[in-house]
Amino acid sequence: MASIRDIRQRIKVVRNIQKITNAMKMVAAARLKKAQDRAMAARPYADTMGQVMENLSRAAASVDHPLLRVRPEENIGVIVIGADRGLAGSYNSNVMRATVRFLRDRDPDTVRLVLLGRKALDFFRRRRYSIAETLSVPTSNVTFADIRPVAAKVRDLFESAEVDAVYLVYSQFVTAMTQRPTVLKLLPIEPAADELAPSGEFIFEPGAEQLFGALLPRYVDTQIYRALVEAVASEHGARMTAMAAATTNAADMIDSLSLTYNKARQAAITKEITEIVSAAEALV
Amino acid sequence: MPGKTFHLEIVTPDRVVLSDDRVASVIVPGSQGYLGVLAGHAPLLAELKVGQIDIRREDNSELAMATSGGFIEVSENKAIILADTAEIALEIDVSRAEDAKTRAEDRLRRRGEAETDAARADAALTRALNRLHVAEHAQG
Repeated sequence: MASIRDIRQRIKVVRNIQKITNAMKMVAAARLKKAQDRAMAARPYADTMGQVMENLSRAAASVDHPLLRVRPEENIGVIVIGADRGLAGSYNSNVMRATVRFLRDRDPDTVRLVLLGRKALDFFRRRRYSIAETLSVPTSNVTFADIRPVAAKVRDLFESAEVDAVYLVYSQFVTAMTQRPTVLKLLPIEPAADELAPSGEFIFEPGAEQLFGALLPRYVDTQIYRALVEAVASEHGARMTAMAAATTNAADMIDSLSLTYNKARQAAITKEITEIVSAAEALV
Repeated sequence: MPGKTFHLEIVTPDRVVLSDDRVASVIVPGSQGYLGVLAGHAPLLAELKVGQIDIRREDNSELAMATSGGFIEVSENKAIILADTAEIALEIDVSRAEDAKTRAEDRLRRRGEAETDAARADAALTRALNRLHVAEHAQG
């Protein structure tokens, strides 16, 4: 049985861990709030962009653009958005698992990965996939400019026909407790289902072709940006939940250790009393 | 006959800058030249370049903004501006724009670098000058 001193030492250690997990929980909660606001703020732009795209593709259905070209899917690119840091519960492993499941039936030689977040890089570095581009994910204040290089690289891969489709794997933010790993097809862009007739005659300035040329890359960038802000919010949510659980677990552990400690202490006292009493009896 | 006002929305990747349904007119920097939009405008989709957005409301109050490009869509008496950035003239950070201008000018002076760098510096300079111009116009 552990000695009283050992138990006391363990309680101290657990208490220190609890302090750290609690602090991490608070930090994650504060960052979650910010990230959530950011994710919400990014939605109108992305939604509106989607709407505009829809109108445009309806009005100019015949336009040909490199980002719209459908090819047989031989090589694919996959953007994986993880986090730079761990200790976020199953956040990273969920995204990685979703990616691995998605890639299961594919020959690794036909896959190009674009990895966001150091944890994603750590995970795939040891595997047989070729990595086209990486980017670290700042824990706060992701900006549109941050994803530009990645987005440009992805578009380049697709336009040069090095890959025939691009998918995006990220964690969709539902609530602080729930994050949903999601696989999304990014390229080629599929024009909206055309059940409606062209909505009026649009005036295009400059021509439809040039407009598409300017709008489509922007659309891709927006999609990636949106996924990233969602992922960052998910990360903080997952970390907050994980750290809250860790703090509770530490409290439970302290309770049970205290109980053991008290029992041991009482046993020692009882033993001492018994010894004294029996010694006294022997003298009588 | 459609009303004399229309709904205008200006959104950037970070936020909704403006959402107003009593706008009388808006003038935007189209890639081929400035465009004016009034109520009942025909459906339009245009690319925007760096420049100034001028909004006039129903009550004749005016609002100027600096933008660094984007798109405008007009349909069904509603105008949506998808801007890369959009700042209300009175809120422009003049000292930051001055800094950006100096930086861009410096970079342009030290030529001999890759051409893309020069192009980027040039674009940065255009944006900075635009911000300063719009701010000056509104404040001065």
